[in-house]
Amino acid sequence: MPDAPPLLAMHGINKQFAGIAALVDAEFAVAEGEVHALVGQNGAGKSTLIKILTGYYRRDSGDVTFAGRPFGAASPLASQRAGISTIYQEINLVGFRSVTENICLGRETYRFGLLDWKRMHEEAAALLARFGIEIDVRRPLQDFSTAAQQMVAIARAIGFAARLVIMDEPTSSLSERETQVLLDVIRRLRADGISVVFVSHKLDELYAVCDRVTIMRDGRTVRVAPMAEISKLDLVATMLGRDIGSVARQGATGFGAKGAGAAETLLAVEALAEAPRVRAVDLSVGKGEIVGLSGLLGSGRTETARMLFGVDAPDSGRITLDGRGFTPRAPHDAITAGVGYCTEDRKAEGIVPEMSVRENLTLALLPALARAGVVDEAAQARIVETFITRLGIRCAGPDQPIRQLSGGNQQKVLLARWLCMNPRLLILDEPTRGIDVGAKAEIQALIRELARDGLGVLMISSEIEEIVEGADRAYVMRDGRTVAALDGDALTEQNVMTAMAQGDV
Amino acid sequence: MKVAVSARDIVAFSRYGVVAALVLLVAFGGWRYDHFLGAYNVLTFLRYNAMFALVGLGMTFVIMTGGIDLSVGAVAALGSVVSALLSPFGLWPGVLAGAAAGLAVGLLNAGIIIRLNILPFIVTLATMLAARGTALLLAHNTSVAVSYDTNFMAIGQGDFLAFPIPAWIALAAYVAGSLLLNFTAFGRVTLAIGGNEDATRMMGLPVDRVKLGVYAMSGLAAGIAGVILAAQFGAGQPIEGNGWELFAISAVVVGGTLLTGGEGAVGTTLAGVLLLGLIFNILNFENGLGWISLSAYWQSVIRGAFLLLVVVTQAKLTARDRKSAP
Repeated sequence: MPDAPPLLAMHGINKQFAGIAALVDAEFAVAEGEVHALVGQNGAGKSTLIKILTGYYRRDSGDVTFAGRPFGAASPLASQRAGISTIYQEINLVGFRSVTENICLGRETYRFGLLDWKRMHEEAAALLARFGIEIDVRRPLQDFSTAAQQMVAIARAIGFAARLVIMDEPTSSLSERETQVLLDVIRRLRADGISVVFVSHKLDELYAVCDRVTIMRDGRTVRVAPMAEISKLDLVATMLGRDIGSVARQGATGFGAKGAGAAETLLAVEALAEAPRVRAVDLSVGKGEIVGLSGLLGSGRTETARMLFGVDAPDSGRITLDGRGFTPRAPHDAITAGVGYCTEDRKAEGIVPEMSVRENLTLALLPALARAGVVDEAAQARIVETFITRLGIRCAGPDQPIRQLSGGNQQKVLLARWLCMNPRLLILDEPTRGIDVGAKAEIQALIRELARDGLGVLMISSEIEEIVEGADRAYVMRDGRTVAALDGDALTEQNVMTAMAQGDV
Repeated sequence: MKVAVSARDIVAFSRYGVVAALVLLVAFGGWRYDHFLGAYNVLTFLRYNAMFALVGLGMTFVIMTGGIDLSVGAVAALGSVVSALLSPFGLWPGVLAGAAAGLAVGLLNAGIIIRLNILPFIVTLATMLAARGTALLLAHNTSVAVSYDTNFMAIGQGDFLAFPIPAWIALAAYVAGSLLLNFTAFGRVTLAIGGNEDATRMMGLPVDRVKLGVYAMSGLAAGIAGVILAAQFGAGQPIEGNGWELFAISAVVVGGTLLTGGEGAVGTTLAGVLLLGLIFNILNFENGLGWISLSAYWQSVIRGAFLLLVVVTQAKLTARDRKSAP
């Protein structure tokens, strides 16, 4: 297969956003009739690479050849016309409209100058029948299951005579049975000579259906290998940029010495589930303990945190806080119970950019600060001063707009926002993402100090060394389940990666 | 996750509802009042409401994309002034100038909404003020008499085959609009945009071009309504058209088009216009009986109540629908 000229070859692709490199000499090639896995952590450059291919972004430099010709799509429409179709994780179709419209719009058939509905319905039905799907194509798309909608998206791609179908985490909201149907469809596409780029973090799926894999990290292509020649552990280690068996470099993070271990259990979670992303989560956090929650993207870490904070409701399972049953129905319930949650996405869910440090810091506390609806400004100022000093927040003053602060200092303000509520449990989702090295160590030291004062911390992180060095204990999630609980000497990078890769240690 | 009843079914049901309500109201009027179904009342009613029908048609397409056009009333006023000013040059110069004025505002709306990505609500609110101001400027703050020397007034007051010309125009527009919606890619993409604009863009469909089309159509329809206004009442009216946008939006929504876009129909907007118009007509007849005297303001109350009922129902249904969507 590698000898034949590839269907798609991307060579030396560079792309910067506002001076920050997203892709550095990235390489990507897909053979005719091949199912090719594209993997990498968040920010590795997969999405940027795909969006350059589909004409969503323009590359700064590099060559792309598709079907033997130089290729540079200017828009999603152009790449679709050229034979490249993309199926996104969030299904990008229109739920209100009929299945037929979702499949056929963009290449309608006409009769006497008007749309020929009869033929379009027949064509849509015929395309779906190829995947063994028989549904009423006249009904709105939203009447059908996610899996069926996924098939409609694929049928649309095939209808456009796609030669390359890119699937961006297509299985992330499918049940196991639906996933099997999708994998069968992928095999059928391959049999028809259509190439598929399969982006997923679920290793079992990659190994079940892909021929080769391209691994990206920090905007570069770090490895291309036939699936059969790379072990799961090897793949995970390459993706995360860790050597298998390397001795953990103690002191690479700012956490410092570990705690003595928990005396009392603060939070206990049993068989928590919310289909399809979280299937079975069991974990506990003790008072004064930092517990790590690790796992590849899409393994259900953030979804678990959202349930603990009352954002999403679990289908089943049991949560106890301080020995009592805990069923938060909204974040308000969780906050009242003493749970804080620093989200992964600071910009979208955390800071209010135009507001000052003071306002951002006390936002969640405002109801408690108000007397008869009027904010007690003296009390507010006291609290703000206390936390600016205690956390070492570097700002010109409490009234500086938070957007002017560095990422690390913004994160400290968000931490302070929760700390001033005196929480017992703090959930931190990627607490050091996008923060420079110095500030990172400071925040890590701060987390440790808070734990020493008795706060229970559940820390979600994609950085293995942060988990291994920072956490007293850690859980590893895989496909929505906690598959390993590691502590003491067992909490090593090797073991965390093995659990991510294979599901056991 | 198969939902037994979809938004589409319920919207379809509400369309039957508006048609049924219309039929009932006509039957009620015919039974209660003499001359209600007489040729004079029917034709006068159609001649007058043809203007609202046109504005409502343009609004239907705009709302289907999830947008809104608040400028239509002011645009109609502008169209009436411009056509009145040009009516001395004959029927066609008057008609075309009024239509062109409307089209121009429509294109301006579209350009700003698409290029600068500003909410249609804000943009058309601004152009509403601008169009109203322009109309007042051109008319020197007063109504502009149309020329009695040319046959300009025929487009508002004339008949063709014993049927008012404005009603013919509206009828033709609705037939064309219905074909456009149901049997062209333009119509289907219009609905797709309202259903999910980002997805429609990702599907490679011409979102901007279609949005340009719907706002241009809305402006054009309002411009033509303005021409009819001038011809019907013999003068360009810079202060007319207040509240037309709300009447049109009500008619569209009562006619079973989702205010959030993505689902809708053309024919039932016409039913919505006629239904809302009839409320006024019946109020007049009722007063004519002399037993009670209802203020004309009651029509607003009744229309408002109607609209609220439909909008609340829609909001409930779409909220439920979003929940059940995977």
